[in-house]
Amino acid sequence: MDTTRAILHVDMNCFYASVEMAERPELRGRPVIVGGDEENRHGIVLTASYPAKRRGVKTGSALWQARQACPDAIIVPPRYGLYMRYSRLARDIYYQYTDLVEPFGLDEAWLDVTASAHLQGGDVMLIARDISERVLMELGVTVSVGVSWNKIFAKFGSDYDKPNGLTVITPENAQEVVWPAKVKDLLYVGPATTRKLNQLGIFTIGDLACADDELIRRRLGKMGAVVQSFARGQDSAPVRPLCPASHDIVHEVKGVGNGITCPFDLEDETSARQVIWLMGESVAQRLRAQGLAARTIAASGRDFHTLASRSRQATLPRPTQLTSEICSTAANLLVSDWDFAHGEKLRGLGVHASNLSPAQDTVQLDLWGVESRRQRMLALDKTIDELRFRYGNHAVRRLSELCDPRLSTLDPQRDNVVHPVSFFA
Amino acid sequence: MRGIAGREKRYVEVVSDTSPEGTVTPLSIIWDTGVRYQIDQVLDRRQAHSLKTGGTGIRYTVRVGSTTTHLWYEGPRWFVEAKVAAMPEW
Repeated sequence: MDTTRAILHVDMNCFYASVEMAERPELRGRPVIVGGDEENRHGIVLTASYPAKRRGVKTGSALWQARQACPDAIIVPPRYGLYMRYSRLARDIYYQYTDLVEPFGLDEAWLDVTASAHLQGGDVMLIARDISERVLMELGVTVSVGVSWNKIFAKFGSDYDKPNGLTVITPENAQEVVWPAKVKDLLYVGPATTRKLNQLGIFTIGDLACADDELIRRRLGKMGAVVQSFARGQDSAPVRPLCPASHDIVHEVKGVGNGITCPFDLEDETSARQVIWLMGESVAQRLRAQGLAARTIAASGRDFHTLASRSRQATLPRPTQLTSEICSTAANLLVSDWDFAHGEKLRGLGVHASNLSPAQDTVQLDLWGVESRRQRMLALDKTIDELRFRYGNHAVRRLSELCDPRLSTLDPQRDNVVHPVSFFA
Repeated sequence: MRGIAGREKRYVEVVSDTSPEGTVTPLSIIWDTGVRYQIDQVLDRRQAHSLKTGGTGIRYTVRVGSTTTHLWYEGPRWFVEAKVAAMPEW
């Protein structure tokens, strides 16, 4: 275990709300909620400022619940262009300390300053403080910074003291700082893992670190061993450098997906199939644009009543970028998983394609003509892509879209922001 | 004499010079009334947040006559922290 690394995790506190307050000083110190569009049923709390959080407003809750908890909250619509600009400006600051910057969403980033710290005098704490002060001075947003020898503890450190905190976790103080914390505070320990661990009598990160390896592996499988090594600080994952020139996330694409919260409920199989075809078509189109083919297709749905999501996936015999194969697979998965006949209703759904490989230019034909038929379908799909590129997305539309006017309000071709949400990506 | 009630973010027209290296130097500010204020000196240039009116950009600290003030380049627009006059009391 290399404990000589110097990794920083910088987290911009209540990012969307902080940016709104930085742009509109009259909002400072007030309970501010950045919320989605209620008319289109995206009415959830995206971010709340600290005064709103103290009054019980929770990220992800419905706006009506937030209003009940905090009647005088100021609800503002999100301005993603602005948030992306602030995110880019923050990264501009980070790049002045190291070229090893790995963004984790718009508001977080890991910085590896092991090799570059000497350029700033060699004091990592000074760098952390400098970054914190500069982001506040230059952008008007507070950050909390975690410093450690690995990415996991650095992230833990930035969550430890909010807002505007600075936490250092060294091999000497790790047991004192990290181990007493609840096990759910560790990256990649979600509600399901927490439940399983609690059943084993494991409540703190220290409990997990000291637990029997075999027991954890047996109960939680491979991921159990991974989170246990995280608890012990045995994470040697490097900070993956991104492209400083483009200031953009250039992770290798692991999957292409599209999801939507419908402005109307999907109460029957037909309307669910129609919407999933719209989503699947945009996924297929993006795969073709990137020269990729996918073998695994997943369809997910969000329950109307409980708002809980569940998804199913299937692996195809060969990689595909055909609209018809992706959409029909996704549609079959969805209708097999949701029982519309017995009153299940969907509020939203999504299609995701993964297990990607470069699309082959040459194909092996078969005796039954299946492959030649697929090639003809691909040529048709590409022609439709070309028409849409030249004359707009509505130049070629599915009959189902024209038959059901409600579908024309859905926009599956929206800009997709790539969030590197997976630590393991 | 009326006092200052506060400040507001006001986008203004700016005449600037761009060097072949890409360095931008503001030369004058043109107010919405058409009055032109000549910038005599650029004292400082840095990325900064505007505490009074909100927003961020490249902040130029400039001298206009005997007054030192700030001018922000928020790409592609320029803004100042304009004074808002207090309403007279009756």
